[in-house]
Amino acid sequence: MARTRFAGDAGLSTRMTLVMFLLGALFVGLIAILIAIFPIQYAPFIGLIGLGVAWWQWYQSDTVAMKAMRAREVSREEAPELHGMMERLCVLADMPKPRVGIADTDLPNAFATGRSPDRSVVVVTTGILRRLDAEELEGVLAHELSHVAHRDVLVMTVASSAGIIASMLTRGAQYGAWFGGGDRRRGNDNNGLPIWLIVLVVSLVVYAVSFILLRLLSRYRELSADRAGAQLTMKPRALASALQKITGEINQIPTADLRQTQAMNAFFIAPAINGVSLRTLTSTHPSLEQRLEQLARIEAELGRPAD
Amino acid sequence: MGLWDTITGRSKPKQANLDALFHVPSAAITLQTALGLTPTGDGSVCYRGAAGAGFATTQADLVALVSEGPDAPRVTTTTDEFGFTWLELDHDPLDPANPELTSLVTGLHAVNTTLEEQGFGPGLLCSLVPFVGADGRHVGLVYLYKQGTFYPFAPAGPQKRDNLLEMQVRDTLARELPMEQDLGRWFAIWGAPGL
Repeated sequence: MARTRFAGDAGLSTRMTLVMFLLGALFVGLIAILIAIFPIQYAPFIGLIGLGVAWWQWYQSDTVAMKAMRAREVSREEAPELHGMMERLCVLADMPKPRVGIADTDLPNAFATGRSPDRSVVVVTTGILRRLDAEELEGVLAHELSHVAHRDVLVMTVASSAGIIASMLTRGAQYGAWFGGGDRRRGNDNNGLPIWLIVLVVSLVVYAVSFILLRLLSRYRELSADRAGAQLTMKPRALASALQKITGEINQIPTADLRQTQAMNAFFIAPAINGVSLRTLTSTHPSLEQRLEQLARIEAELGRPAD
Repeated sequence: MGLWDTITGRSKPKQANLDALFHVPSAAITLQTALGLTPTGDGSVCYRGAAGAGFATTQADLVALVSEGPDAPRVTTTTDEFGFTWLELDHDPLDPANPELTSLVTGLHAVNTTLEEQGFGPGLLCSLVPFVGADGRHVGLVYLYKQGTFYPFAPAGPQKRDNLLEMQVRDTLARELPMEQDLGRWFAIWGAPGL
């Protein structure tokens, strides 16, 4: 049996699974609290509405996202290179070819959406087409195709259902506050806190926790897509340079010769704040350094000498 | 992908399926008798070259291995505009009365297995065996490694395909080779060597 050059990342999978477990627990916990404070018949009902909203978001994801980005689908005749590139990647990955869209904006970006691999669309902006060369663009497309293969739209939507319910409840509780606690007699009468206040606090807490967890999950999914994409094109470097161009953080790795920047060196105290800041907690994407580090590991794995 | 792979966000690179390639010689005879298409005797493998030293040495060894021997083909590698490498096996023209493709197929298989042994199997894209008709029309029989299926590709001028001829080839070979049923996968390979 030939050895593989495409190792998975067990640590990443473990962390991801843990986060998803926590999100599931959050959902169950929220429903349990609702059952505890509401008359029994309401809680499952609210849960179902939340799931329905999540389902709708997932089901309509391709059309909604395309509209939001003002993207249009392009045919093979309009963009033969893009289609050709996509075709080869799909054959290489053995997956159905998604539709291809272009959004007319100078922001360099790309996204993949759609309810299933058979009904998905990969959209690139004109800005990214202008900035990247063919190899880098292929790296980006492979990253997006990995999102499709991993069913990230579905996973993220399911994962966000607790947050959706919580945000619905927050709004509902605010209405409850406005229309007065007049209904208090029906709840736990005069001695305790009004129900709407409990609901508000619980749903705000759930929403906050689910927000942080979702962002964490999103960063793990991005890292997985980077990994799978780089392994598909077998050119981690192309994706790395594309990321550097896109994120506009290219200046973090200086290209100027060290000797030329002697005068500046006094100021080069590396911003070594590596801890958890608010920015790293709430961003949907991992930092560029994290992504480049992972790509470098994949490149080393791919480039191992032959036996 | 299974449920667990979806949850952990892990798609495994698809390994190539190499078995069906050995049916090509007998299919070539059928094509010649039924449609008058003769193999040119050449063939090529298209793959994605990985970054790094490991792949460079693998490819060098590969070229040396295949071009060894008395009636070995001339081997050349070119990179196309999509960044895929075409490794061409250039044999002498075959005797049209008795085309023998076994040595070509053995060569192609040697390329595949070497790449696979070194762990580069997921990079294999397709393999191409070109045929030419008495009327000068060209058809390539393309093997998709990941699906393990064949499909015909008949270029008829720039960005134009002879779909009728392709259908004929598919129907002729339907009994001998696993032909790709999904027409969406019959992707064009413009400018492929030997067509």
